[in-house]
Amino acid sequence: MRSLSRLTVVQMKLYLREPMAAFFTLVWAPMMLLLFGFIYGNEPTPFFGGLGFIDSQLPAYMGIIIVTVGMMSVPISTAEDREKGILKRFHSTPISPAIYLFSNVFTYFIMSFIGVTLLFLLGKFVYHAQFEGNIFSVLAGFTVSTLSFFSFGYLIASLSPTARVAQVFGMVTGFIMMFLSGAAIPMEVMGDKVANVSKYLPLTYVVSFLKGLWVGDSWGSHWLDLTVILGLLVVGVFISTVTFKWE
Amino acid sequence: MNKAVIQVKNLKKSYGKIKAVDDISFEIYEQEIFGLVGPNGAGKTTAIECIEGLRKPNSGNLIVLDLNPTTRGQNLRNLIGIQLQESQLPARIKVWEAMSLFSSFYNKNIESEPLLKDLGLEEKKKSYFDKLSGGQKQRLFIALALINDPELIFLDELTTGLDPQARRTTWDLISSVRNKGKTIFLTTHFMEEAEKLCDRVAIMDKGKIIALDTPVNLIKDIATETRLKFSVTESAELDLLDNIKSISKYEKSGSNITIYGHDKRMVKDVVNFLVNRNIDFYDLQTEQSTLEDVFLALTGKQIRN
Repeated sequence: MRSLSRLTVVQMKLYLREPMAAFFTLVWAPMMLLLFGFIYGNEPTPFFGGLGFIDSQLPAYMGIIIVTVGMMSVPISTAEDREKGILKRFHSTPISPAIYLFSNVFTYFIMSFIGVTLLFLLGKFVYHAQFEGNIFSVLAGFTVSTLSFFSFGYLIASLSPTARVAQVFGMVTGFIMMFLSGAAIPMEVMGDKVANVSKYLPLTYVVSFLKGLWVGDSWGSHWLDLTVILGLLVVGVFISTVTFKWE
Repeated sequence: MNKAVIQVKNLKKSYGKIKAVDDISFEIYEQEIFGLVGPNGAGKTTAIECIEGLRKPNSGNLIVLDLNPTTRGQNLRNLIGIQLQESQLPARIKVWEAMSLFSSFYNKNIESEPLLKDLGLEEKKKSYFDKLSGGQKQRLFIALALINDPELIFLDELTTGLDPQARRTTWDLISSVRNKGKTIFLTTHFMEEAEKLCDRVAIMDKGKIIALDTPVNLIKDIATETRLKFSVTESAELDLLDNIKSISKYEKSGSNITIYGHDKRMVKDVVNFLVNRNIDFYDLQTEQSTLEDVFLALTGKQIRN
């Protein structure tokens, strides 16, 4: 337990000392919220089914955090730590691989959670965003989606031959998903062509799921979203466990 | 003889068709400094990492501190200290954080303050890892390898990348660790390092151990040759050197003379010759064979290519 708690504290410090990672997790999504909020305001409009821009888009911004941490932070830093021999150095101690990975996942999760909390607070206090869902349902949905994307991040790290490949792949797919899945820009303003592409992006289902939970939908009414998210989780965990390498 | 803390029998490890470690056997005894030496690519790191339990051998029997490293790696690593050939810590971890973190991984710890002081790192306690010099990083890795007060310490290419000054400081450090009763298993491609530091040396080339003994015996075994070097004035008459039986050959390059011989009397004979003929000589020095020469004699190649 002592090693788990110390490792987690150190990993959190390291995360916050990495300016890029901290920016994309904690600042990027709230910044988007402020930027688009400044442009569009939060007046109710029929365009968003009687909701304001922020009311409708705030839960989708959770997707920005999920995709930046899952597709960028996780694969890039895991592949880099492996390439530099950092993972191997930890592997040369008696610490169990399970504890090391748990601490890693937990750190990423807490960082994402702080990002989401900042987002909620901004939405509530700056734009008086409406919330009609159940907070526990939203948080549970956020947790499942986060873990699903993390597992995909570890999968990328495991399958990338070098840190460079993990970085390029993570950045490209991450940004494509961020902008074409409705996370950064609402699906409502994008045309059918984008909608056709977005069907193939897992983040689209996360955004749809979280937007639904935000307005009080049940989990059952989002069975397709949930299937995609859980499917990704199972595939990601399975492949990354089988192929994970310390060096 | 002391108890064997490492027993290696018929260890083999291949990567595809490449036999990185090709059937090696040896034992390492308590409180000795044992060196596995050889050129880069000889298989030293693969061998040491199999013994540490970080790699799975294809075949062979390994016993380290009464444990099988392949199946009980995690238990074993609680009892040993490891310094890896190429590894890093996270760039933004501070020295004290690394010490505190690594100490939490082991059942047994020693105080990190005195350890950092011994290693000359106390001033650097609050520095980030990536702000340390090469020598400081290496000393931190030694500190991390000692933090659980292990009886057995593995050091893989410890001084590679260090300047000669830092290398010598590190040698002193290793000797002082051994003097506290620890056993040390190290690999190196510096023959001089093995000669100065190790009680016994195994010379490895192309996956095999081609010689194993104390440095003194290894050097003695290759029918050692003494080299005598000195300088004379250009005009000195030296042709009569041919008459001295203890000389096998000599070379003259300008005013520098090098004389080779296997006989112990050679030095005396040559000096007598010079004195009797009133030839002025200076910068006289003798050179003994080194482990470099042993490696050359055994493999027919220089170690540094």
